[in-house]
Amino acid sequence: MLAYVARRILATIPVVLLVALFVFSLLYLAPGDPAAIIAGDQATPADVERIRASLGLDRPFAVRFFDWFWHVLNGDLGVSIFTNLPVSHMIAQRIEPTVSLMCLTLILSLTCAIPMGVIAAWKHGTWIDRLVMMTAVFGYSTPVFVVGYLLAYVFALYLDWLPVQGFTSIADGLIPFLRNLILPATALGLVYMALIARITRATMLDVLSQDYVRTAKAKGVGQRGILFIHALKNAAVPIVTIVGIGFAALIGGAVVTESVFAIPGLGRLTVDAILRRDYPVIQGVVLMFSFVYVLVNLGVDLLYTVFDPRIRY
Amino acid sequence: MGFVNRHPTIVIGGALVLAMVLIAIFAPYLWTQDPTALAPAKRTRPPSELYWFGTDMLGRDVYSRVLYGSRVSLTVGFSVAICAGAIGTAIGLISGFTRGIDAIVMRAMDGLMSIPQILLAIALMALTRASVQNVIIAISITESPRVCRLVRGVVLSLREQPYVEAAIASGTRVPVIIWKHILPNTLAPLMVQATFICASAMITEATLSFIGAGTPPIIPSWGNIMAEGRALWQVKPYIVFFPAIFLSITVLAVNLLGDGLRDALDPRLAKRL
Repeated sequence: MLAYVARRILATIPVVLLVALFVFSLLYLAPGDPAAIIAGDQATPADVERIRASLGLDRPFAVRFFDWFWHVLNGDLGVSIFTNLPVSHMIAQRIEPTVSLMCLTLILSLTCAIPMGVIAAWKHGTWIDRLVMMTAVFGYSTPVFVVGYLLAYVFALYLDWLPVQGFTSIADGLIPFLRNLILPATALGLVYMALIARITRATMLDVLSQDYVRTAKAKGVGQRGILFIHALKNAAVPIVTIVGIGFAALIGGAVVTESVFAIPGLGRLTVDAILRRDYPVIQGVVLMFSFVYVLVNLGVDLLYTVFDPRIRY
Repeated sequence: MGFVNRHPTIVIGGALVLAMVLIAIFAPYLWTQDPTALAPAKRTRPPSELYWFGTDMLGRDVYSRVLYGSRVSLTVGFSVAICAGAIGTAIGLISGFTRGIDAIVMRAMDGLMSIPQILLAIALMALTRASVQNVIIAISITESPRVCRLVRGVVLSLREQPYVEAAIASGTRVPVIIWKHILPNTLAPLMVQATFICASAMITEATLSFIGAGTPPIIPSWGNIMAEGRALWQVKPYIVFFPAIFLSITVLAVNLLGDGLRDALDPRLAKRL
């Protein structure tokens, strides 16, 4: 068991290195002189020379890469071209709204989508099943910002039940926090919910046709017991896989949702950095999100052993 | 009629996609005006007899821009599906057959897939000028790893089959084996995957344009129109909503088509998803 955990953790190291390598190369793949890009438009030739010396472009690529990576591991993600603040500082300032949004979205999606999938599988072939599947296809097809604008228009502008945009920290009260975040979380979570509902339904259909379910029913186990204890636990592995993989969609969607609802989080930071070609910030954010994604999938891999003790590779 | 009854999703999806393609091709003849014609005196008029979808903040006719925007979105969607399909298939075939390259390539693909797609596309677009071509290349790079995995999976499973072993034993060269035995088996899942890539690419392109990292603002695309209308959407929501509706319908149609194709071509796949 411990060997499995150790092996999975070791397997993520090459992936992390590859991601870091790509993100590091970003600055050097860009057309033009990296030092001139970092120096910006208003730099004098002396500034560019100074930056070139500090970048150490005469050293071999591998040396530069590991030096940069060592700094990253110590928390130093470089300095933003535009604001001259350390990138890690800028990220720390904006991480709370993004994390709040993602947590709320995760909770909302999982609590809605999994029961939807279970019920659709249980009532396979009826109108409930068809309704859930059609909602899933719609949810999967509509882009995040479209759903966002639609929800904001109906619930915030037209009905005036919820604020249109903005963010309140949870420290300032739970109700205002929820009121601000419920629309963005729903918009962001819709795609995620669609994916999870579909895979839940498909796997549950598989599981419900197995012999051990029939045995349980014959033994007299109640319907809820069968569905949620016997069947769902066995269906958990593919569902948890999709939860892990779909997390990438959450990250991508967060960038857009924060734009629509004016939430001052990491997504907005990324968008601003793109427009200004602020490479250190882009590098820092992409690196951070990728690490999070790798960690989430590592967690999913480790969670497999909880749901299915047979998994030991 | 039997076909329609047995595969309603293919028919509905296919019909809608065809309608969008026709709209894109015949846009100049569908009562549109020049989508880039500025008319500041007529800015932000609501939908009316003269301007079916209203005008935007520069006086341009939203109806024309939306119809011409379909060209960009459909072009990007189809091009990415073809490019990512071609690149992914090529890499997957080579990787499936050569064990040495396989390990390196798979690690590289894992690395690429670990970066969330939108972020990767954004990072790639930050490297170059905004243009439709660069958007297509950037999105294709983000979608290729999945196709590569798919094709490699098929190659790996087929390599052990007796008829392939027999072909290798009887001296058939690898390219001929690929062409005659492996490729026909990849076509069905590839087609299904291609439709989903098309839908995903259209959404990604719209998202990129929406945040300003996609097609240049000169060219009307659904994401661009929404980005421009964003500042005014609380008072003039129609600038955002009409492209949004068109985008949603098109992506929905492509997804329906993909679902239907998958159900029709391989019932085993249908059960799983």
